[in-house]
Amino acid sequence: MARPAAGRKTRKAAAPAATDAGVSRDQLLAWYREMLLIRRFEERAGQLYGMGLIGGFCHLYIGQEAIAVGIQAVRKPGDQVITGYRDHGHMLVCGMDPREVMAELTGRAGGSSRGKGGSMHMFSTEAGFYGGHGIVGAQVSLGTGLALANSYRSNGAVSFTFFGDGAANQGQVYESFNMAELWSLPVVYVIENNQYAMGTSIERSSSETHLFRRGASFRIPGEEVDGMDVVAVRDAAARAAEHARSGQGPYILEMKTYRYRGHSMSDPAKYRTREEVEEVRRNRDPIDHVQELLSEKGWADEAALKAIDAEVRAIVADAAEFARISPEPDPSELFTDIYVEAGR
Amino acid sequence: MTDILMPALSPTMEEGTLAKWHVKTGDAVRSGDVIAEIETDKATMEVEAVDEGVIEAILVPEGTEEVKVNTPIARLGAAAGTGAAAPPPAPPIPPPSVPHVTPPAEATAPEPSHDAPTPPAATVTGRRTTVRDALRDAMAEEMRRDETVFLMGEEVGQYQGAYKVSRGLLEEFGARRVIDTPITEHGFAGLGVGAAMAGLKPIVEFMTFNFAMQAIDHIINSAAKTLYMSGGQITCPIVFRGPNGAAARVAAQHSQDYSAWYAQIPGLKVVAPYDAADAKGLLKAAIRDPNPVVFLEHEMLYGQEFDVPEDPDWTVPIGQALIRRPGRDVTLTAHSRMVGLALEAAEVLSKQGIEAEVVDLRTLRPLDRATIVESVKRTNRIVSVEEGWSPMGVGAEIVATVAAEAFDWLDAPPLRIAQADTPLPYAANLEALALPSVDRIVEAALKVCYR
Repeated sequence: MARPAAGRKTRKAAAPAATDAGVSRDQLLAWYREMLLIRRFEERAGQLYGMGLIGGFCHLYIGQEAIAVGIQAVRKPGDQVITGYRDHGHMLVCGMDPREVMAELTGRAGGSSRGKGGSMHMFSTEAGFYGGHGIVGAQVSLGTGLALANSYRSNGAVSFTFFGDGAANQGQVYESFNMAELWSLPVVYVIENNQYAMGTSIERSSSETHLFRRGASFRIPGEEVDGMDVVAVRDAAARAAEHARSGQGPYILEMKTYRYRGHSMSDPAKYRTREEVEEVRRNRDPIDHVQELLSEKGWADEAALKAIDAEVRAIVADAAEFARISPEPDPSELFTDIYVEAGR
Repeated sequence: MTDILMPALSPTMEEGTLAKWHVKTGDAVRSGDVIAEIETDKATMEVEAVDEGVIEAILVPEGTEEVKVNTPIARLGAAAGTGAAAPPPAPPIPPPSVPHVTPPAEATAPEPSHDAPTPPAATVTGRRTTVRDALRDAMAEEMRRDETVFLMGEEVGQYQGAYKVSRGLLEEFGARRVIDTPITEHGFAGLGVGAAMAGLKPIVEFMTFNFAMQAIDHIINSAAKTLYMSGGQITCPIVFRGPNGAAARVAAQHSQDYSAWYAQIPGLKVVAPYDAADAKGLLKAAIRDPNPVVFLEHEMLYGQEFDVPEDPDWTVPIGQALIRRPGRDVTLTAHSRMVGLALEAAEVLSKQGIEAEVVDLRTLRPLDRATIVESVKRTNRIVSVEEGWSPMGVGAEIVATVAAEAFDWLDAPPLRIAQADTPLPYAANLEALALPSVDRIVEAALKVCYR
């Protein structure tokens, strides 16, 4: 299994300029729609939280939409996705019903976990989405285990394992890196580096802030990607997936991104300036970027984009209404799903 | 002239097989030369000379089994050319030899120091098998039966298991299904849980459950809770197994009993067998169970032999206690190694006219409360025995159950026997003081019988 280190050095991707190569009109419009769906969904979730309909923790994905969407673009049937607690966007992109996701946020019977998981704990085996995990870093070992199962079965599937810059300092991440490379497991580690682990900036938490280099001592190749550019994400994901799928083992993608909202709903916003957030929103917004690409190419006029916007708003309104009227779980649900009955 | 004695190669080794001599009478040896190979049921190790001289006599021929520790196995004379006069016989130097290979810190299970009484209520017939081999047979049979079952852990493959429990599995099933992991409990437990979520059936071996504390987040937060948090979508058919509790002289960090810790967690099943038949039958049931199962073994039981039914489909249902010995005067509850002590205590009590009923809990979660309560309704007295600490422990749960469900039947306040409320000490005398003993169980039983 030992391979020469040559050619396996970590590298920075080329400047993310000519990233529109190989994108069709339909693809770009579909991505635009998906990213917009995440944003509108998350905005509504924030509102419902403010209204007291969503309780506990609620971590919004606004600003990071291009990553989930770009990775999804290279997923094949059977590939798995697993992430941490900032998971709503991933679930929508994987194809989970927005109604079920929103109803889980409101803790209702119609939620994807029948109201027993909440924001951080949703799953869909059908969609290949394995959570939704609330313990920072746990999903990295679990996602590597999904890859172990793929390798065991020789099924050609890849595990896309997402985690943040905060989780990147957890010990089990490196235990998993070691085994993934040692056993050539088909896993793509997607580090969503949004610069802040809760309120601690990466400079204040990490001795090596270039997270794509974190696999170097395990011989895992890594690259830095502009996570605000869906096309760049897609292209890097394609390289990484090909590497993993072809039996060459794990691959690390460090997605440079930014979260517009607080860590969770109760964020003091003392650790960064309003100007910093505004600067990113104005100049690096991932949805604006796609919109610009669409207009540059003349693939969508304002009317077309407005139509998509209206469609997305309708989906979100419907999901929010469903999440409001769906009943709370029956009291009997308290004692279900603790054990699988034998024979199931 | 010096006698070379049979060395103890691990803290609990009492005897071994002299597998091979590398020297013969008349050979000159120097300190550090490998002179012999010794096998125990756990490992094969080389023995080095610790003195120089000439082998004058081989006292134990190679191939001899059950050679007791400290038996003279050869005689070493003065080196040639050191003078005509024979030196005065030197006293034996204990130990006269050192193992060439450092054995793992954990010990080989000794042969039983006493003959466990045959429990009249729980006799099984079959082939005499050690608990160690019964566990191995259970894994091998289930791996033959179900291609999705595999074993992962430290030293489970090439090394043949730190306690030889996985002996022969790598040869039969190959490296795909018998996976040697790096020493990264947190990581490989997480990988196992992830593979289980994807539908495989991993058996994750911890070298001991002490090391599973590194991995406990995945056992509890990932394995036990995800079915519930996913509304029944994500199952986790996994077995976490390995030795639990105190071995011998390995001190506090290597000696903890985690029974109560895991038995508190909804979503886990927790099993702790005593004899080989249960070890096999319950492990097979655990592997077939669609839920995460924590399977607590005991190092001191690995080498003990019991009858095991030969039916390859023989399993023991999880969640059923077993009355190992019926009795009318007092109920003794115990699990794992403590069952042996309770049975021994029952024999002592019997000679004093007290018939103790020994209930082997076998499963801690779900706990078979009905069997305990019914037993107390017959005996009106109870002593719980566990190896772990008493506060918030297994005995606390049992006593609470009895107080709630058999209060009117009790003729004496229940008593709990447990480890002293201290970290487990290393010194032999303190260790013995800290752990439950037959004497303490007898004393407690007499007390609840007002004798």
